[in-house]
Amino acid sequence: MDEQKKIMLAHGGGGRLMGDLIARMIVPKFGDGQSVQLTDSAVIDVPADKICFTTDSFVVQPLFFNGGDIGKLSVCGTVNDLAVAGAKPIALSLSLILEEGLEMAVLEKILQSIADTAKAANVDIVTGDTKVVEAGSADGVFINTSGVGALMDDVDLSFTRIKPGDAILVNGTLGDHGMTIMSQREGLKFDTPLKSDCACLGELTQMLCENCGGGAVRFMRDPTRGGLAATLNEVAKSSGVNVELTETALPVDKTVQTAADMLGFDLLNIANEGKVLAVVDAAVANKAIEAWRSHPLGENAAVIGHIMDADDSPLVELITKIGGRRIVQTPYGRELPRIC
Amino acid sequence: MLERIEQAKKTVHSACEKVGRPIQIMEVCGTHTVSIFRHGIRTLLPDNLKLLSGPGCPVCVTDQGYIDVVMDLARRDDTIIATYGDMIRVPGKGGSLESLHRDNVKVVLSTDDGLALAKKHPDKTVVFVAVGFETTTPASAVAVADAASEGVENFCILSGHKLVVPAMQALLGSKNDKIDAFLCPGHVSVILGSDAYKPVVEEFKRPCVVAGFEGIQILEGLAKICAQIAAGRAEIDSVYGAAVTPEGNKVAWKIITDTFEPCNGAWRGLGVIPGATMRLKDKYKQFDALHRFGIKEVPTEEPAGCQCGQILCGLMDPPQCGLFGEKCTPDTPVGPCMVSTEGACSAWYKYGK
Repeated sequence: MDEQKKIMLAHGGGGRLMGDLIARMIVPKFGDGQSVQLTDSAVIDVPADKICFTTDSFVVQPLFFNGGDIGKLSVCGTVNDLAVAGAKPIALSLSLILEEGLEMAVLEKILQSIADTAKAANVDIVTGDTKVVEAGSADGVFINTSGVGALMDDVDLSFTRIKPGDAILVNGTLGDHGMTIMSQREGLKFDTPLKSDCACLGELTQMLCENCGGGAVRFMRDPTRGGLAATLNEVAKSSGVNVELTETALPVDKTVQTAADMLGFDLLNIANEGKVLAVVDAAVANKAIEAWRSHPLGENAAVIGHIMDADDSPLVELITKIGGRRIVQTPYGRELPRIC
Repeated sequence: MLERIEQAKKTVHSACEKVGRPIQIMEVCGTHTVSIFRHGIRTLLPDNLKLLSGPGCPVCVTDQGYIDVVMDLARRDDTIIATYGDMIRVPGKGGSLESLHRDNVKVVLSTDDGLALAKKHPDKTVVFVAVGFETTTPASAVAVADAASEGVENFCILSGHKLVVPAMQALLGSKNDKIDAFLCPGHVSVILGSDAYKPVVEEFKRPCVVAGFEGIQILEGLAKICAQIAAGRAEIDSVYGAAVTPEGNKVAWKIITDTFEPCNGAWRGLGVIPGATMRLKDKYKQFDALHRFGIKEVPTEEPAGCQCGQILCGLMDPPQCGLFGEKCTPDTPVGPCMVSTEGACSAWYKYGK
């Protein structure tokens, strides 16, 4: 029957249909079902003195985009929040809010993507929840994931440890995710299609801390919504320092830059989903870049700027390609495609 | 590249030193305004050279009365409003298209998308919010011609299209004669051709130099202007040679003049400029939203306290407006110069300290 190819309200009703959905479709995806305990809470071994704990919700449209999908995003997003806090991800929860009428095949594809991404990131999905809402009350699928991770030894990351002279690193090209989503929404087509950078960054953050010594790494952040501009302004304000970026050092993909120019967007303001920004002791910057460049997610890694003393009010400045200077502000909301 | 930058900077500085007095150059185009900020060009210029942002952002020069007409049309149940993105936040008397929260307001990237909406919704009349200069007018003209030939009767446009050169003449003639020269828009000049600036050069003796949007092109354009001023010359020149010819894009211009004709229309801040607004020719009357909905007159009114008009004429910098950064921000824009990413106020707010 057609109905069985689609999500019905009864799939969230706590009865047999819901039991079937969880037992046949969801649980088998994750660690052959071994790691998922169908109890009210999961019990997990935590091999650390300190754990990191985070949560994130995912509501992206389109659900599938070049380079990823909402499932991959929901694992990477939470894994990355743990990774940039200096933690090794251990376990995730997975909450699904499904819209009545969602194609089972779509759900299947998303669940497979979640399973594949979690496996690659070496993190278990250990608990979860499923709700179904009436058609029109959601946009296909909403996902929430929470995660716990073990804080790595000798790692001490905070705004207060950022000092003038420190180097600012990023592992690759800017704005790929945001421009991919926007171009798909706006129906823009390019010869080389844009591709989201959606990826789990755990290996890169561990690599950085292990290669440079935890103490030399002052701060890490995954610059998602608001892009690099939002993150660096937070650094400037919270640490009471100036940030000086060098435009010629910023890694950008040519097609992504063209798309941004066409729509009148600044790539510094655009979301990333597979980028880590790190502030490190300048003495280890080259070593860090060398290490990152040996990893597929860090091929375009670069030192993009430095931390400077703040004069009066802290700010982020960019030295432009032609040697001018301009201020980079926190983006203030929805960017609108321009007329011409 | 570095050599070109240094050479251009040197020319600008030595010319300005030779002239001695304050020099004011107006960049006509909004994309130039943003590019000047994005490349930090002001930080490279001598103290006696001031750049003024001109009336070249299509959103900014759109009169409030025009927005009010669009709003009235958007409140109807039998219409779909198709608009470029940066128009939806421009406030009219009763809020902006965005604040209406109506699902008949659709942001589109091209007139083609507008026409496609009309085909998809035969029970509604699609009104395309047709604003912009010579760059976007050809696209509106093509859409109207296509709608006519394909018989898409439920499509029409509300033309707010404008012409750049008459506005430059009006500025010098009655608003601000302290403008020493113009940095002329790249994209518009591709269509118009650089010869179009002859009236400005001949009648008003002001240098007109066309530039592209890269930092180096703007800097080299400014260098050419400064050198002309220092030598007491006023000529047409271009540093956008690859794209701009003296005669322009004749095909595009023919499409425009087949479909549109100049009329008198209101510009925000500049008032009614003779022959600087474009309306559909009589043969396309049925695709004119004013005709379709029986709108006799577009009211002209400006919000109280808003200095967008003064700013567009180069008589005031955005921070000098009492509303700037306080009552008027990109989140809560009062005037259109704060709405468009190409608007002078938005650029000053975004890139200023």
